[in-house]
Amino acid sequence: MPGDDLVEEASRQLTICNACRYCEGYCPVFPAIEVRREFGKGDVFLLANLCHDCRACYYACMYSPPHEFAVNLPQIMSEVRLESYKAWSWPSFLAGSFRDIGKDIILASLSIGLIIALALTPVVPVRLFAVHLGPGSFYAVVPFLAMLLPALGLTLYGSAVWMIGGVRFWKDTEGELPPIGFRVLAQTAADILNLTWLRGGGRGCYYPKAHASQTRRLYHSLVYYGFLSAAVSTSLAAIYQDILHKLPPYSLTSAPVLFGSIGGVAIIVGVAGLVVLKATSDPKPAHSPSLGLDYLFLIILGLTALSGMFTLLFRESSAMGLILTLHLGLVAALFITVPYGKLVHALYRSLAILRHHLEQSQPHRNGQGH
Amino acid sequence: MGAHSTARALRSKFVANTASQFDVIVVGGGNAALCAALAARKLTPSVLLLERAPEHMRGGNTRHTRNIRCASMGNGDSSEEYKVEEFLEDLIGVSGGPANLDLAKFAIQQSRDLPHWMSEHGILWQPALAGTLHLGRTNRWFLGGGKALVNAYYDALSRMGIAVRYGADVVDLLIEDGEFRAVTLMNGHAQEVIRGRAVVVAAGGFEANIEWLKRYWGDAADNFLVRGTPFNDGTMLARLIAKDARQIGDPKAFHAIAVDGRAPKFDGGIVTRLDSIPFGVVVNRFGRRFYDEGEDIWPKRYAIWGRLIAEQPGQIAYSIVDAKTIRSFLPPVYKPYQANSLEDLAGLLKLEAATFVDTIQNFNRATAGNSEFTPARLDGVKTRGLSPPKSNWALPIDRAPFYGLPLRPGITFTYMGVEVDSNARVIQRTGRPFSNVYAAGEIMSGNILTKGYLAGFGLTIGSVFGRLAGKEAASHAGR
Repeated sequence: MPGDDLVEEASRQLTICNACRYCEGYCPVFPAIEVRREFGKGDVFLLANLCHDCRACYYACMYSPPHEFAVNLPQIMSEVRLESYKAWSWPSFLAGSFRDIGKDIILASLSIGLIIALALTPVVPVRLFAVHLGPGSFYAVVPFLAMLLPALGLTLYGSAVWMIGGVRFWKDTEGELPPIGFRVLAQTAADILNLTWLRGGGRGCYYPKAHASQTRRLYHSLVYYGFLSAAVSTSLAAIYQDILHKLPPYSLTSAPVLFGSIGGVAIIVGVAGLVVLKATSDPKPAHSPSLGLDYLFLIILGLTALSGMFTLLFRESSAMGLILTLHLGLVAALFITVPYGKLVHALYRSLAILRHHLEQSQPHRNGQGH
Repeated sequence: MGAHSTARALRSKFVANTASQFDVIVVGGGNAALCAALAARKLTPSVLLLERAPEHMRGGNTRHTRNIRCASMGNGDSSEEYKVEEFLEDLIGVSGGPANLDLAKFAIQQSRDLPHWMSEHGILWQPALAGTLHLGRTNRWFLGGGKALVNAYYDALSRMGIAVRYGADVVDLLIEDGEFRAVTLMNGHAQEVIRGRAVVVAAGGFEANIEWLKRYWGDAADNFLVRGTPFNDGTMLARLIAKDARQIGDPKAFHAIAVDGRAPKFDGGIVTRLDSIPFGVVVNRFGRRFYDEGEDIWPKRYAIWGRLIAEQPGQIAYSIVDAKTIRSFLPPVYKPYQANSLEDLAGLLKLEAATFVDTIQNFNRATAGNSEFTPARLDGVKTRGLSPPKSNWALPIDRAPFYGLPLRPGITFTYMGVEVDSNARVIQRTGRPFSNVYAAGEIMSGNILTKGYLAGFGLTIGSVFGRLAGKEAASHAGR
């Protein structure tokens, strides 16, 4: 559905929700609906990013298809989310990858290929397949700067695109809001760290079918905290190398390896769980292009973690060079797709939660008739 | 025996069961039927529930409910006290006295146990919905509304091994010498007979049967909208009456509210209701007012407007508000008609312009100088020297744009049903009860409700008598 029609259809469904309100207890989307009377693009975009796709409302809705009102909020919210990601991204020819997953796949493959090519060309294959041991053995395969500079560049680029997105989010969802105070920040942080709204109405998300369970929240937490753990590992490694002047690889009991391993395993289990959950889930409330984006991100992330674990396992063998190169290629693919893939939900959902707590911290603008 | 062969054994047992006889057959698939099946299952494993709707439409009118009225001692949970006596007074207040006071008292007393029982069967709760604070003390809200409640109960049925058939079109009850023997279903063109030791009929009223309504309302019934399931056509009620069950309740009585005239014929549910009436005036198709729009606070008066409109020519009316009050009520699902002059609005609503403008001008003269109103209470801001008056919240309709919303009677349910005794057994015309025919829910709510309605009381009746009928039916079958 093109943008304007999409906003109009979402607005039609949200108007029905606003006249019903039975789902008020499920998630913050409904209280946010209730302080509005009309649903313009900014409102629809905000609500879509506040929606965590738990699907409780779909199964509770007496107006879901085949009812002529055809209310399917999880599906339309998913489609609007993609549209909002596209609208808030930059530059526009890359932003299109949110509605055309082919572009994302090409982007990811190109970056993997590029890194492998980079690793191969300046490097004599002997070096790639030789057994390297002791401090600096990884850099014997791919020189340190060749690892650092692209990663740094992509991080800066990704951050810039996210910043543009964040500013555009705030502009689009503009409204009269109080200043951000400590209480609102604390509520927002708690919701983000707890994945609060993957609790649905309390019993969890309705995956894979019409029954609530905490499975989705569990797997998502594994990916989420696994990711953070891997980030901690990387930061610790930087401290070891640049401040303590100890070159990798580090011993199996060292902090970077421990955090990295825990993170890696958590990501692998979480990703596998989420992929299975999505693959077996009810297609009726799902929006299949959104699912495509989910799968792409999960698969790249899962393979990155897997290749990282393999690098650890085989770091003393002749396969290390190849595995490490592949791992770095996947890391590059992950980085390059960060601003154009599923990970942007981390940014926009966090902002939506912040925006929501701000909105709810003030007296309601639109009281009801009775 | 492995898990696999156990499952196969269970399945074959189930097939054998459907082929032969059940201890308790429940006809219906809404709240009362579900409560009956759950209660019966406590005493016998042999329970069959026959739901006429397909699975996605299961649950009758319960799908559209959102709360249940329960008396409360005010301890043990967060709820405040709502005494049995106060509950009964509220009921008498709206209905002028229940048809059977003992049954009404029983329902109210039993209602205290319902929240706990419902929680045990998987129902989740939420705080009173925004804007319904006036019901916060007396009613309990289940999380997600009626369809979520129905889903939870069907899950409970499945956990407890109660057999359920969807699309089960029960067309007759086989009753011999006052004793139920079997139900007859239509399977395509073939008839199927399922025998049972007792039956609970919880199949709703006849509000979705326009032809039946026409017997009492004439062609006006063609203009009624049915807010709930299209499956409540009263087949079971008609069969019971044909088998000499004693009828109770005014056949013309129903619970009906004002809904948007553009709503679907069936199943529009909660969202088509309009709360605009107290914020303006209501005119009929001739452009004339016909009733005091500000008689009492809306939660106490919304339920009379269905019948008021049903009695107007063409069964249509128009709620008229202006720019001052358009944002004072719950946003409607359908866009109001909007015009910058009263004449143009009359054109959009196909009303005779001169009369309509005259009506509004008379109203404005009678409210001249009224500028402030307080929707939350009876504010006494009223018309002067106008008939019919508007007793509260009467502001002139003078600020463009002007808005019009078409109103039709939206029927929630009918009151006429079958008489039951204190064991929920259906009573015959002779005055003796059938030995093993029980009724619960809307089909017997006329034993308690005569007119008027208390929000959330339909589910109370359904739950209390569903549980009673299920238990009694199962214990009869075990005798």
